[in-house]
Amino acid sequence: MTGGCDGPSVAAAIRAVAAAIAEQHVELTRLDREIGDGDHGENMNRGFKAVVAKLDADPGMTPGAILKLVAMTLMSTVGGASGPLYGTAFLRAATTVGDAGQLDAGAVGAALAAALGGVQARGKAVPGDKTIVDALVPAVEAAESARGNSVAEVLQAAAAAAQDAVATTIPLVARKGRASYLGERSAGHADPGATSTAVILRALAEAAKA
Amino acid sequence: MKKIINDPGNVVSEALIGFAAAHRDLVRVNFGPDYIVRADAPVSGKVAVVSGGGSGHEPLHGGFVGAGMLDAAVPGPVFTSPTPDAVLAATQAADGGSGVLHIVKNYTGDVLNFETAAELADAEGINVSAVVINDDVAVEDSTYTAGRRGVGGTVPLEKITGAAAARGDDLAAVTAIAQRVIGSVRSMGVALTPCIVPHSGEPSFVLSDDEIEMGIGIHGEPGRHRIPMEPADTLVADLLAPVVEDLPFERGDRALLMVNGMGGTPLLELYLAFGIAAGLLEKQGIEVSRSLVGNYITSLEMQGMSVTLLRLDDELTQLWDAPVHTAALRWGM
Repeated sequence: MTGGCDGPSVAAAIRAVAAAIAEQHVELTRLDREIGDGDHGENMNRGFKAVVAKLDADPGMTPGAILKLVAMTLMSTVGGASGPLYGTAFLRAATTVGDAGQLDAGAVGAALAAALGGVQARGKAVPGDKTIVDALVPAVEAAESARGNSVAEVLQAAAAAAQDAVATTIPLVARKGRASYLGERSAGHADPGATSTAVILRALAEAAKA
Repeated sequence: MKKIINDPGNVVSEALIGFAAAHRDLVRVNFGPDYIVRADAPVSGKVAVVSGGGSGHEPLHGGFVGAGMLDAAVPGPVFTSPTPDAVLAATQAADGGSGVLHIVKNYTGDVLNFETAAELADAEGINVSAVVINDDVAVEDSTYTAGRRGVGGTVPLEKITGAAAARGDDLAAVTAIAQRVIGSVRSMGVALTPCIVPHSGEPSFVLSDDEIEMGIGIHGEPGRHRIPMEPADTLVADLLAPVVEDLPFERGDRALLMVNGMGGTPLLELYLAFGIAAGLLEKQGIEVSRSLVGNYITSLEMQGMSVTLLRLDDELTQLWDAPVHTAALRWGM
């Protein structure tokens, strides 16, 4: 898609995210077993399945309404820290896009930046803490650099940066979240939250390209 | 594991059904999302006080819903924070138009979920303020949380804050009273046995027959150190000293002394402990002007207890004495 994306295309992108999470949930849980409590994949999969069920019930929503629906559903179904963190990310994104019928590349970049702001406000994590933030910060920066291009190109840049960032979390010692209880033992594993962020952005980018 | 349960996954909702049936004069229970509100909620023109957290600490928090204390309580799964949608729904049900104070125990999950709920409530036009209680002196940074945990002090905090709201204080004033209590209350606990979370079926930790864990959290998180079982005189002194030293409480202070059971310790032993603690405080010139003994913030069937000390002034004493009518605390009405 070269122009903006409307409600139906945002809904399609969210369905793509749900499919990607379903495909990756075993791997996300495996990562979380290494340094967390081993439920990240299951929790995210349960959340996005619930999102899809609600999207099916109401096909006529604006992009902002869809993002808010995702936020509220993740908050009520995912649990743990990921529920409020991803929920807040989508909620801030929804607030940023407002009731616009179409999102252009600028709006998508702003939504990503707002999502990052929400995660940081809630979780108080900074880059290097081995969290979602480690993937989202480079993604937002890459999206910013790609400003002026198409929605697909902005999301592509964000997804690639997030993907690269996942590997950089491997040597980190966790300073936030449940992995921080492991101290030095958390090093040597990719962060499950950074990984799920990369999965989400990859799916959004692929959907935008289609 | 022997427990009076059916499906471990339904323990909380089945207990809520019973709670609603037992206390229909005091509360209303909503299911999906789960929360407990005063039967007469929302109370128009009064600041609402809302708390919540994982289940397994009964009577906290649902047992403290009623006139003079909490307007609503949000129970999560056992030892797991409730989700923001449930906290939001309880906040909306309790809001009488004068704002809502969230009382949050300092655990990562509780703080995240209540903060998110507050953001949602704000978007709905409800004025929400929040306080975080962190009275546990056992550890600065416990294994399971960032910073000190919220434990026994939560009970007098909810009582006194609820009384401030009941007398008509506005949201800023109710919040200030809550902050004053948080600044003046300290606690520490000990476990003699672990507890078993129904859905896991396994003890939360292992203690040998002659060992106790000093500085236990209310979910069985590790504390300061593990020591051999000791006589009550020594045990109470070891629990009380760090509590007194931390604030510190000083000669001439008046205080509320709360000796709280973790769920599996008989009142006989709690009163025995209270007598020892009161005697030790008297020797230090600290007057125990108010008291509370019983099971108020528990860890399922864990044996053990916690000691909480709250420095009182005239106003906090008055608010503690103010009438309250809840399932677990009742006086003056």
